[in-house]
Amino acid sequence: MTAGRSTRRAWWKTVLGVLVTLAMLFPVYWMVNVSFTRTPDLRRRPPNWFPWDPTFDGYAAVLDQQLPALGTSLVLGLGCVALTLVVAAPAGYALALLNLRGGRSLNFLLLVAQMIPAVVMAMGFYAVYNSLGLLNTLWGLIIADSTIAVPFGVLLFTAFMAGIPRELLQAARVDGAGTWRTFISIVLPVSRNSMLTVSLFAFLWAWSDFIFASTLNRNGDLIPITLSIYNYIGNNTTQWNAIMATAVVASVPAAVLLVMAQRYVAAGVTAGAVKD
Amino acid sequence: MTSTATTPVGADVRRRPTSPRLGASRRDASRWAAVGFAAPLLVYLVVFYAYPLWRNIELSIHDYTVRAFVQGDAEFVGFANYVEVFGSDTFPTALVNTAVFTFGSIIVQFVLGLALAVFFRANFRLSNLLRALFLVPWLLPLIVSASTWAWMLNSDNGIVNSVLVAFGGDRINWITSPETALLSVTVANIWLGIPFNLVILHSGLQNIPDDMYEAASLDGAGPWRQFWSITLPLLRPVSAITLLLGLIYTLKVVDVIWVMTAGGPAGATTTLAIWAYHEAFGTGIPAFSPAAAVGNLLIVIALIFGFVHLRLQHRQEASS
Repeated sequence: MTAGRSTRRAWWKTVLGVLVTLAMLFPVYWMVNVSFTRTPDLRRRPPNWFPWDPTFDGYAAVLDQQLPALGTSLVLGLGCVALTLVVAAPAGYALALLNLRGGRSLNFLLLVAQMIPAVVMAMGFYAVYNSLGLLNTLWGLIIADSTIAVPFGVLLFTAFMAGIPRELLQAARVDGAGTWRTFISIVLPVSRNSMLTVSLFAFLWAWSDFIFASTLNRNGDLIPITLSIYNYIGNNTTQWNAIMATAVVASVPAAVLLVMAQRYVAAGVTAGAVKD
Repeated sequence: MTSTATTPVGADVRRRPTSPRLGASRRDASRWAAVGFAAPLLVYLVVFYAYPLWRNIELSIHDYTVRAFVQGDAEFVGFANYVEVFGSDTFPTALVNTAVFTFGSIIVQFVLGLALAVFFRANFRLSNLLRALFLVPWLLPLIVSASTWAWMLNSDNGIVNSVLVAFGGDRINWITSPETALLSVTVANIWLGIPFNLVILHSGLQNIPDDMYEAASLDGAGPWRQFWSITLPLLRPVSAITLLLGLIYTLKVVDVIWVMTAGGPAGATTTLAIWAYHEAFGTGIPAFSPAAAVGNLLIVIALIFGFVHLRLQHRQEASS
């Protein structure tokens, strides 16, 4: 195989790859396009393929009306990250390195927990929160959203921490460090990448959640952005430019995380499915 | 899972502590430490998983009306809610819709994901960037993607109908007619699931050694032949896991369908998950008890496939 032939083939593949990617991302482009379209042009047939005459009215509406919802979602995401890390990281340590008795059964339970449909959890949480008075509270929503991330987090931490060299832990013990010191000053710093992956997913899932928000928090004073978009669609069926502008803004965290942490994203997707 | 795999060596290592008594007390202490570190998770699982699930079972065997919910005096009705659910007209529709939506989604997602994974297997210019961009649909909040699809498929002003008309076709009421609504939500869901399939299958392909392909091409096997006799057979374990996980995820989908069609028109897109959501939260008068019964049925279906998945994965680990 000559060098010339392989470059030519690669060139052909790049063109095809770009075309396929563009097709795949067309809905995302369309969302952005509609968000810049003037309201009268929304009813045009055929629609404008490109916002030649863009309007920022949609984005003005977002700034005007959606800032509280965006703030709520941010707090929700960060709260969910904190709760998930606090619960999952020590548990991963116990499962991977401290030979927890019954660890296999616990692992099994976590796998099963991931299979339970959110709509069922939502009903159970509704009944529990109804009697505890936690309906329509941010705390209640943070806890409910974290149930998506905690089993994933524990499994990911366990898988990673099991690979930490025993010599490292042995050395810490020789230096007189107890299990707590070892956890704080050896295991956690070494697991930084896993913590990033878990945090990233916990944040994204909480940020994107609609089921729990629309059931446990539907009459709350503080509603997250997903629920806000949904209510907005219900109330303003004609203002699709504003709806799409909100959607674009709601997608920003995903875009930022993709740019900053692409390898952690891929790592997380794979960790859930394939164990090496 | 390395610690369990190396039992013969591990048995040797365990003898290492200097004095047996010190070793025993230390192991005791570390056992308690393990429980201590796992304690937050154990409490969490009991309070935020087991208890809500238990309440859900309780909902399904009582007759909870809104009034009974507030006063806490719901009547015990045994399996009456389940009988009602199984006898309902919605049940067969929801079951068929769930099957069509789920299998339609995962099969097409898998085929497209596999084709893309094979395409991206060879590194070419921009391949990593393009593969990263393919993750975008999967990272967007579902409500964002679902409302974008709803607008694209809008009967009067949607881009899809505009293109159809431009090519001489007729407008189709994608979301609002019972014939095409299920197809529409399935297409949107396929789009959402492609990234997941691509990432997992792509990482599975990385584990197939290059020399197998080299040997095959020396023997004169073309790309098509190589795909059928190397890629597909060697990828079978990963494929099985991808399909089963996709199945479990797709069974519980609510957001996409609810935002696009709310289960309509006339129940055309009502899956089991949508049915449960609709009964409990979708109407002015919540019917928690039948909803919980549907939900528990959904759990049973998900767990059946879940156990198949765990068995497969277990067998794969044992053989590797």
